[in-house]
Amino acid sequence: MNGPGKMALYVALVIAAFLIPLVPVLQPYLIQFAFLWVMILFAMTWDVLGGQMGYNSFGNIVFFGVGMYATAVVQRDLYFTVEEYANVAGGDQAVLTPVEYLTGLGLGMGSGALLAVVIAAVLGSGILGLRGHYFAICTLGLGIAAGELASGWDYIGAGSGLVTPLLPDALGERGPFFYYLFLVLAVIAFAVLKRLYAGQFGLAINAIRDDEDKADALGLHATRYKTVAWCVSGFFLALTGGAFGNLVIFIDPTDVAFAGPTFGVWMVLMAILGGKGTLWGPVIGATVFHITQEIFWTYLFGWQRVALGLMIVVVVVFFPLGIVGWLRERWPQRFGEVVDEGARRVQVSLDGER
Amino acid sequence: MGNLEILLQAPIFSVQLLIDGLLVGSIFALAAYGMALLWGVMNIINISQGDYVILGGYVTLTLYNAGIHPLFGVPVAALVLFIVGWAIYRAVIFRVVDRDLFISILATFGISILLQQLMDQIFGADIQSAESGLGQIFLFDSQVTVSQIKLVAFAVVVVVGVALVLFFKKSRMGQAIRATAQNARAARLMGINTDRVYAMTFALNAALCGAAGALVVMTWVIQPFIGLAYTIRSFMIVVVAGLGNIAAVVAAALGLGAAEQFAAFLLGAEFQIGFVFGLLVVILLVRNMFLKRQRQVLK
Repeated sequence: MNGPGKMALYVALVIAAFLIPLVPVLQPYLIQFAFLWVMILFAMTWDVLGGQMGYNSFGNIVFFGVGMYATAVVQRDLYFTVEEYANVAGGDQAVLTPVEYLTGLGLGMGSGALLAVVIAAVLGSGILGLRGHYFAICTLGLGIAAGELASGWDYIGAGSGLVTPLLPDALGERGPFFYYLFLVLAVIAFAVLKRLYAGQFGLAINAIRDDEDKADALGLHATRYKTVAWCVSGFFLALTGGAFGNLVIFIDPTDVAFAGPTFGVWMVLMAILGGKGTLWGPVIGATVFHITQEIFWTYLFGWQRVALGLMIVVVVVFFPLGIVGWLRERWPQRFGEVVDEGARRVQVSLDGER
Repeated sequence: MGNLEILLQAPIFSVQLLIDGLLVGSIFALAAYGMALLWGVMNIINISQGDYVILGGYVTLTLYNAGIHPLFGVPVAALVLFIVGWAIYRAVIFRVVDRDLFISILATFGISILLQQLMDQIFGADIQSAESGLGQIFLFDSQVTVSQIKLVAFAVVVVVGVALVLFFKKSRMGQAIRATAQNARAARLMGINTDRVYAMTFALNAALCGAAGALVVMTWVIQPFIGLAYTIRSFMIVVVAGLGNIAAVVAAALGLGAAEQFAAFLLGAEFQIGFVFGLLVVILLVRNMFLKRQRQVLK
């Protein structure tokens, strides 16, 4: 597809997404759709490192949790003292005016995102020096350590969690509000990542994925690029986390904020399912995964998590290319790649020999 | 940190912590040795390692609930896990042996989640343990107590360790495994069926974990979702000790056990798991700092 046609498609998709809440049949499912945007954000932000840069992180959930807690803490401390809030939260939730609520949410998400970027930069300078599997397992430890730390820290509610303020009635229903919030976040994240991948930055992180030592030798400041990539990923994840805390209202340290075994795993699975290292892969993967998960949840009640574990094994072992990756291998021309048939035949026969 | 004063005023407590830590650490050594084996022979980092430990614990617990003494669980759990390990190799692992390391990490991660959820469905999410019925030994005027079951567990680990060393030195299969670890291609050319060697290695690793799990359920507690902590402990021990050196693995495992006991006492038991995972990050970073000195790249 050529430039203008592609642009028209993007615009049409975004407009369609913005119109969904106006369709009466779909209105009861708006929260579901909001979750879908969250899933897409998960997969896209994971793919920055995991797909495009070849650094498979199990610990990106840290930024999600940091953003969530930072937002909730800002919302709490802006208008209440901790004691007041604890009393209010004990009975019913804190009630705010729309302006107060939006200010708190905006400031909270902003500071959460900043904090996440700082953390990514500080941790990244050390952890991103690790290669391959050491990085993967180190980040796995990081995610769980963060959850354990949050469970023990009284200021943020420790193990009993934190309650976020309720959405004021004047701002309408929860459904449309969070639907649009996450939709806007997802669209911005997609646009930013598309722009980044198209430029020098994208080439640099792809070079790191393909051969980091060679990239280093060619004078690429690999650690710098890696850290920036992690900051970008952390920035959007923290924004997502901040809004997500307000969507689910109750923040549990290990089941919601630093939910490694669920969200942390899902983001990897979704990106791989859709095709890691591609622009649309994470989006498609997240959509397919979200639908599959709902089906599992409905028909396999009690066994849905077992089925998810099985799904990870099957996808990783039998379908590591992912949906978009597979399409790309099947019809390379459609993806703007020039195919030299002769060289391809040689390559295929070489692959067969291996 | 209030507990630090207790330690300073009554140093005998540190003896207690040290003994407990070393005895617990010996159990970690079993799972860690299995992980080093897999890593060295098959170049796979097995994230589901800890879940085999927990599964071994549940096998023992099932025996215990049927009225059999849990010590019989050690060989039974090892046998059951050997079969489970063989089955998992035949179903999944042989497809990922030669592929990208990350694919095997993710695949075993999926197996880990699968096993966790299966155990949760079958045995319930409660914390459980098996009572061995053995008593305590009192030392230093009863100031230090050592439960006999921990000593028995230590003895079991020593026996298994010696058996392993003999197995690798003397038996044909042990020699084949070592040969494959050195150079799989050359081993294949010498007529070794490396696929069988891999299956054997994976099953042997699972059996080691199963035996460790049987010891864990007697000396400590099990729960479907704490397997990952054992994986991380094994990984840490192997990173510190290196591959293929059983003495170093044991030393690192004992050290980790002791460090954990002290950390749990000083920071509070609720931070023990957090300590394990935090320590992992620190160890990897420090290791990387040492490596960096030798690496000449752009900063």
